[in-house]
Amino acid sequence: MSVTYLEAIRAAQEKALTDDPRVFIYGQDVGAFGGAFKATKNLAAEFPGRVMDAPLSEDAIVGLAVGAAIEGARPIVEMQFADFSTVGFNQIVNQAATLYYRTEVPCPIVVRLPSGGTLGAGPFHSQSMEAVYAHYPGLVVMTPATVEDAYSMMLEAVAIDDPVIFCEHKLLYYHLKADKLPDTAQPVGKARIARAGRDATVVTYSAMLHESLQAAEDLLEDGWQIEVIDLRTVKPLDTDTILASVARTGRLLVVGEAWPWGGVNAEVISRVATEGFGLLDAAPMRLNARDTPVPYHPDLWAAHRPTASVIAARLRQLLTQ
Amino acid sequence: MVTAVKAKSVACNDLDPALLVRAYRVMLLARATEDKLASLYRAGMIKGGVFLGKGQEALSTASSIFLQKGDIFGPLIRDQAGRLAFGDTVLDTFRTYLGSAKGPMRGRDGNIHRGRPREGYYAMISHLGALVPVVAGGLYARRLRGETGVVGVTSIGDGGTSTGAFHEGVNLAAVERLPLVVVVANNQYAYSTPNSRQFACADLLDKAAGYGIAGFKCDGTDPIASLETLQLAVQAAREGHGPQMVVATLLRLVGHGEHDDAGYVDAALRQANVGRDCLEVGARQLIGSDFATAEEIAVWTKETQAEVEGALNIAQREKGPDPADEDWQAISTERLVDGHHDLEDE
Ligand SMILES: Cc1ncc(C[n+]2csc(CCOP(=O)(O)OP(=O)(O)O)c2C)c(N)n1
Ligand SMILES: [Mg+2]
Repeated sequence: MSVTYLEAIRAAQEKALTDDPRVFIYGQDVGAFGGAFKATKNLAAEFPGRVMDAPLSEDAIVGLAVGAAIEGARPIVEMQFADFSTVGFNQIVNQAATLYYRTEVPCPIVVRLPSGGTLGAGPFHSQSMEAVYAHYPGLVVMTPATVEDAYSMMLEAVAIDDPVIFCEHKLLYYHLKADKLPDTAQPVGKARIARAGRDATVVTYSAMLHESLQAAEDLLEDGWQIEVIDLRTVKPLDTDTILASVARTGRLLVVGEAWPWGGVNAEVISRVATEGFGLLDAAPMRLNARDTPVPYHPDLWAAHRPTASVIAARLRQLLTQ
Repeated sequence: MVTAVKAKSVACNDLDPALLVRAYRVMLLARATEDKLASLYRAGMIKGGVFLGKGQEALSTASSIFLQKGDIFGPLIRDQAGRLAFGDTVLDTFRTYLGSAKGPMRGRDGNIHRGRPREGYYAMISHLGALVPVVAGGLYARRLRGETGVVGVTSIGDGGTSTGAFHEGVNLAAVERLPLVVVVANNQYAYSTPNSRQFACADLLDKAAGYGIAGFKCDGTDPIASLETLQLAVQAAREGHGPQMVVATLLRLVGHGEHDDAGYVDAALRQANVGRDCLEVGARQLIGSDFATAEEIAVWTKETQAEVEGALNIAQREKGPDPADEDWQAISTERLVDGHHDLEDE
């Protein structure tokens, strides 16, 4: 038996609903239909009244979650696509993210964002919004890259008392598989060394972890040993693990699927440059998506985001600098 | 299903005389508190803006006076009176405006952005309309817990009804049949923008029908009418009849904030019925119904002023927050705080 990334998210929500009566799920089509991606399949039947279809109102969906959290509930809300969270943006960044600081009342909500590009999805069903949310104080931003993390981090997202933006990558939903759900997990907030190496460090997260691991594998043929770090959460950012790796390798490439201006990659490089400048043997490099809307055509899309071959090529440059 | 209730404008039929007296005294206290805030502002003793609800005390008081312990109140800018009627204090008002560390917002937020969410008193953010779905969410969670008979009241201005959040929130509350009362204070202007530039329906109450919820209309300058209307609306929500929208007509008798002379307000409106001062109307109603004498009202006014002075004295002696003692933490989970800030440990 194997379990997919999507099934892990569904299973974690099922466990959260089972274990904690304060948990409920609210979002468009999440009820009997089971969600646009089926992340809540059968949950409405299993937990009557606790997995409810919402009107097409992202602002009100997140607003409802905040009000419910004030009253002690633990809502999980699903945005049908991360892209549509812009319509709920105000409630996320101004209401949920400021509540604890202003009033001492924590805001334990989980906002699920089906994120990132997939074939043919185009400009409005492909976005990676993690950097936008990480910019705002008061939010925890999770970007699980593995089946195990999708499961354990979702459980932790529900358990922690603060608003969590849960960026789950749609490209990983169906084809990323594990043998079984994990019993234990690394704590949220700690990055993971997904592959150990000594010649260069790749810092990445979400679907780009898999492209980066492939690139590292390709470089092994030439004898290069690439260390790959999976950030797991982009906020908080586990700077210590990054710096320790750069101390070993002296070379840094940061890879992300989001747009280049500002963002997670820029933040990682900024921290390494300011706190670990002396550890670097070469100027740090980064790879992002191109600075255009995410294009529809498969050929354009493939050239819009970093892929294993682009990452491998950039690593070769970095290693010979 | 719209039940448009025309406000009765004169006699006090079903209203408990003691309730009218209580409401009037809250109105007096709000007015005295705000008069003091205005003079503090002019004296340069308040950092930032001062936003008053002068002329809206009757409606605001009526909004929350029928709420009970366990209910939810989400007030907005013009709701000093409703806040006091719900249990906020003059002291916490001054504390928040003066930035006292002992106030509910501890200097982290100011002026009208105050509340005690744990006590059902939600703290507005500036973004208008945004509170509607939040109060709906509070009610949703209460229902999920099996609590019945809970009511939530939130208010909005004529301008705020044009926001997406207002529309989404009211529609969602209607779909969920939540016990939410939305009080629309149609004071004719949103900052300087007149209603003619705000909406194109003949009457804001028309919107209630669009959402499939009950609608009430009242003269917001009339304390008895406001109280009677809100009593009906709150009761209907409490009895499970879903969201209720109250649209009251009135005029704000001050600027948008104390920085604003409101020169844009049509002089004819000031002279018209909507321009009446609800405190004067209330005094006439109390005296005309033999619920109080002019002398009693004068005594209450004096007592109110003393209460305001007393609270201000306390708040003025309290310290603001010390930046060195702040944890500078925007989330409650210590281990998930993102370190590495430029200003850390300076
Ligand atoms: C979403 C949003 N846009 C703009 C503002 C700035 N603003 C503050 S009050 C106000 C006018 C509000 O008018 P109305 O809703 O009629 O309430 P009133 O001030 O008349 O009580 C505006 C535009 C705001 N607070 N929120
Ligand atoms: Mg107005």
